[in-house]
Amino acid sequence: MTAAIQVEKLWTQFGDAVVHRDLDLTIHAGEVVALVGGSGSGKSTLLREILGLQRPTRGRVKIFGHSLHDASEAEFHKLRKRMGVLFQGGALYSALSVYDNVALPLRELRCFDEDFIRDVVMLKLAMVDIQPAHAHKMPAELSGGMVKRVALGRALALDPELLFLDEPTAGLDPDRSESFVKLIEELRHELRLTVVMVTHDLDTIVSSADRVAVLADQQVVVIGPIEEVTRTRHPFIESYFLGDRGRRALAAFHQHPLPPALDDEEEEADEPG
Amino acid sequence: MIHHPEIRDRRGEAGGAIALAGAWDIRSLESRSRQLGGELARYAGAEAWDLSGVQRLDHIGALLIWRAWNRRKPAKLVAHPEHEALFADLAAIPQVAPERRRISLVEPVRSLGDGAAAIAGGFIDLVRLLGQVALDLVAFARAPARGPWREISATIYRAGVQALGITALVGFLIGVVLAYLSGEQLKAYGANVFVINIVGIGIVRELGPMLAAILVAGRSGSAMTAQFGVMRVTEEIDALAVMGIPVAMRLVLPKVIALAVAVPLLVLWTNFVALTGAMLSTKLQLGIGYRMFIDTLPHAVPIANYWLGLGKGAVFGVLIALVACYFGLRIEPNTESLGRGTTQSVVTAITVVIIVDAIFAVMFSHVGFASR
Repeated sequence: MTAAIQVEKLWTQFGDAVVHRDLDLTIHAGEVVALVGGSGSGKSTLLREILGLQRPTRGRVKIFGHSLHDASEAEFHKLRKRMGVLFQGGALYSALSVYDNVALPLRELRCFDEDFIRDVVMLKLAMVDIQPAHAHKMPAELSGGMVKRVALGRALALDPELLFLDEPTAGLDPDRSESFVKLIEELRHELRLTVVMVTHDLDTIVSSADRVAVLADQQVVVIGPIEEVTRTRHPFIESYFLGDRGRRALAAFHQHPLPPALDDEEEEADEPG
Repeated sequence: MIHHPEIRDRRGEAGGAIALAGAWDIRSLESRSRQLGGELARYAGAEAWDLSGVQRLDHIGALLIWRAWNRRKPAKLVAHPEHEALFADLAAIPQVAPERRRISLVEPVRSLGDGAAAIAGGFIDLVRLLGQVALDLVAFARAPARGPWREISATIYRAGVQALGITALVGFLIGVVLAYLSGEQLKAYGANVFVINIVGIGIVRELGPMLAAILVAGRSGSAMTAQFGVMRVTEEIDALAVMGIPVAMRLVLPKVIALAVAVPLLVLWTNFVALTGAMLSTKLQLGIGYRMFIDTLPHAVPIANYWLGLGKGAVFGVLIALVACYFGLRIEPNTESLGRGTTQSVVTAITVVIIVDAIFAVMFSHVGFASR
């Protein structure tokens, strides 16, 4: 498996506060990785550094083998086009309609005619379950869930290989979160997407992530399948996954697809954390 | 190894088809989409297609091919199953044309009506704002202890104290220039000493208040409008309302009171600096001494002019604050509206200041001139 993202020996420092200390993280192509951690653990900062929006104090970030920091302007631009980002609040351009928001990155390429762009936009909107009737609404007229879906549609407009989701299901009703999770599942099969998501939603993690990376103590304490993560002894993991909420989500997961390896793990999970 | 997208016509061979190969994704197609689209269109009628050589396919590439197929699957198609799934997505693209805003004959009439209604609505909002401020002012006068003192003092600091530098710079330069230009003319008539009258009246009565007001409108008026706008976008105004904190009392009234206090003080300051500039200039250009300038000034500029200038400053301050709040509260929660609102606020505030200044000039045309 090739690595889509490699973070090597990353340090981030704001004044005296060290956010990341010698952090290493490798994400393979085609997998879905959930990034979890308490608030203030530097998840969003890490995401911004991977996206090249913020420069780490030390260390390097490689996307598809190209270092973000040594890349020329043109290379960097090319790399950026291979990534799609769903920002937490959607970040839709409030002056543009839903349609124009999704069309914007396509128009910016200047190599497709308007007719072609219309087909792509309508396809992406249909994929994220937005009715054509809503295409000419302004972002201010949309509900929170719709903003998220349109923003996902825009993130997918250029068929990215690497998709970043910042709190994708926050603010969605459970029904919608579920269809969101299904959508991501579908997309990664069809488009062979690599997905990195920052989320607090245990249901989403349990049902869609191949691996979970836990950010605590300024480092990635553990990265692996959920069973492996829950087996790790760490105060944050114990309170997060093995608290009441975590147990419920894990139990629901165990009832349906139950891989054999999980049986002994369940007993361990039942021990008081 | 990933190859460039390719089209091969193999219809001549046994079981022949149009064969596509290479990577058909956005990154490979980006620069070649038009050319490949044209090439594909030539094979539009072909019934048999072979996509087994396609290494990569995404929606954009699939759409390019799909359009060449006239939006339906060809009779014979060989493709990877995951690629076929992409075409299934494309088949589901809603073909209903997205509704564009229709243009009809009624449109001009409707937009005229909408415009008139918007102006009327704006006027009603203005009256409502004025009424609210008046009511709040009464409430404030009744219970001064419960008034928004912190907000008032913060606004005085931001709009007044922090504007001292820029008003001084502008005032000083205007004073120098005004004195120099009028001195140049008066020298020709040998009426050097009258430069003090011209500069004194001009600055104290007109330029001081105007300069201060225009600078405050540009600096603080725009900031106030933008602040309201962002508070609106981030729902802070709604949060205040829900907590039972009266928005007008907390946000509008302090600004009105603070500018009513701060602008006259800024006028005084601008006058002082501008007159200093004028004094320096007359000394250098005409050789009129500082002592002479200071002694002549009270005589040339009766005290009524000072009061008039300060009064104008207070009125301008109130108007700037009201205009800024009015436009700020009308901003809709989007970035475009924020920009437009801020521009409108500054332009309107400056225009209103100049119009009201003209009204003052007419109303007080008999006041403040030395009787000879």
